[in-house]
Amino acid sequence: MGRYLIGRLGQSIIVLFLVSLIGFMILNLAPGGPLSQFALTPGMSQADIQRIAAQMGLDRPLIIQYFDWLGRLLVGDWGDSFRDGRPVLEIIIEHLWATLLLMGTSMAVSIVIGIGVGIAGAVRRYSVFDYLATVGAMVALSIPTFWFGLVAIYLFALQLDWLPAGSMTTIGDGSVVDYLRHLILPTLVLSLVNVAIWSRYMRASTLEVLDQDFVRTARAKGLSRYRVLVHHIVRNALLPMITLAGLQLPTILGGALVAETVFTWPGMGRLFLDSIGYSDYPVVMGILMLSAIFVLLGNLLADLLVAITDPRVRLA
Amino acid sequence: MTTMTAAGDAAHTRHHWWQHRTLSRFLRHRLAATGLAIILMLTLACLLGPHLLPYDELTVDLRARFSPPLTQDHYLGTDPLGRDIAARLLMAGRISLLVGFSVMLISTVFGTLIGVVAGYFRGWVGSVLMRIVDAFLAFPSIFLVLVLSAFVEPSPFMITVIIALTCWMEIARIVEAEILSLRERDFTIAARLSGASARWIMFRELVPNAMGPIIVAATLTIANAILLEAYISFLGYGIQPPLPSWGNMLNSAQQYLADAPWLAIVPGITITLAVSSFNFIGDGLRDALDSRSNLP
Repeated sequence: MGRYLIGRLGQSIIVLFLVSLIGFMILNLAPGGPLSQFALTPGMSQADIQRIAAQMGLDRPLIIQYFDWLGRLLVGDWGDSFRDGRPVLEIIIEHLWATLLLMGTSMAVSIVIGIGVGIAGAVRRYSVFDYLATVGAMVALSIPTFWFGLVAIYLFALQLDWLPAGSMTTIGDGSVVDYLRHLILPTLVLSLVNVAIWSRYMRASTLEVLDQDFVRTARAKGLSRYRVLVHHIVRNALLPMITLAGLQLPTILGGALVAETVFTWPGMGRLFLDSIGYSDYPVVMGILMLSAIFVLLGNLLADLLVAITDPRVRLA
Repeated sequence: MTTMTAAGDAAHTRHHWWQHRTLSRFLRHRLAATGLAIILMLTLACLLGPHLLPYDELTVDLRARFSPPLTQDHYLGTDPLGRDIAARLLMAGRISLLVGFSVMLISTVFGTLIGVVAGYFRGWVGSVLMRIVDAFLAFPSIFLVLVLSAFVEPSPFMITVIIALTCWMEIARIVEAEILSLRERDFTIAARLSGASARWIMFRELVPNAMGPIIVAATLTIANAILLEAYISFLGYGIQPPLPSWGNMLNSAQQYLADAPWLAIVPGITITLAVSSFNFIGDGLRDALDSRSNLP
């Protein structure tokens, strides 16, 4: 197990290095490069810009600039926002918790529903329920998330007036119920795709376990259907879902960006889009790098959990 | 697994024999066949439709703005500038479908190339290539596409390239896995022993035998690309008006949601229809091309 983990960790570090390389390339792709904030400043001549470039070390070879940038990234100096001059990391962390709240709620909801639907579909394979769940999941994967959000707003906020159409709280009302009411629609929208994915994978995983010898043995021993299902089938079918949770992170993060935009949720995704609008590249790069790191850590954690729970991986 | 080996080796000699069976198996998949029919009709409508409608997609008529569907000749209503939605929808379809297909072509060729080289050479070449794939996969694709499209001139061509840049990794992974197993097969060894060059083995022996999974992944890529285009155009960083795309037609829809819901409903349903059709086609192809699902 030790060797497996060290290998996996080494792999993650190489990928992280490549991620930073891609990030740096994108940063230099920005119009005007890292100095773009001055490009529109009136009264700034070409000579001035060159002087600032020299001061900031931007006239050095790219490779040296890269390692300088990487070094500062590692010690937590992610630059300052063009918009208000505050440290990038501080601004991102301010918005992070709203995104984590939304993602956490949605993940919990979609894992519970998705796994339930997946098991039910596999156990009653080819039934009407299974067929509807399969087709429903496929359509859910094809609905543009933001459009589903618009439909949800139209139905539940504008027509029925049950739920608020956006933002995180009603001004002047800080109660938990108010938070929850604002959380429902974004969670619904973000969960749509994830329920679909989870149910598909859980169905496939359960079907795979259903055919195995130990299930037949358990049944032959005379164990009750419920016991076989919960203790033998589901327990084993859940193992691949740990890896899936890690792999789904980029999808959920991307979905959160869309949901936050439609529902004016004050999270990281919305901050990202606002920052693009203001050409606030340090914040944009910060969020891009942070989400990649987040995804890599998630995948690493998932592999670690699989290695702990599944002896086959450890011994392989 | 044994049937697959047999099929793989037989397919190497001549793979015309399964073509008929694949086709009939695909058409037996009712949803996939329906999806194919919908895509054909949609493509045809987008190509011919604009010539048959009474309005073109750019004619502004402020007196007729916000007409609900079925007002006079505006079958699907008009938008906030009084432009005919039916005409815009079909012209937008040309762009959105073209972006989808082009992304599929670019990312399939590129992803296959990376996957074949990584799978055939293995060793450090393979590891480096696959770690690059992992690195690209670590970025949520919407984030990456948005950043890049904000940095460049958002022409339809650039949008296509940018979306393709975030869609090739899945294909590279699938191809690499497939090549890793194919390269140990007898026909590859035979080709190597008879002195075939690495290029010949990769592109004449290995890729043709990996075509099944590649075609399935390519179909699903179209669906993904249409969705991504819709996302970024909706957010204002994709296809720029006055050029219509399914995504940017939804641009102003949120603002007028209460008074003109058809602005949101019409393009949204069209996107869902197109994307789910491609997804169903991909699903049907997977069943039809996978020799393991020989069972009824």
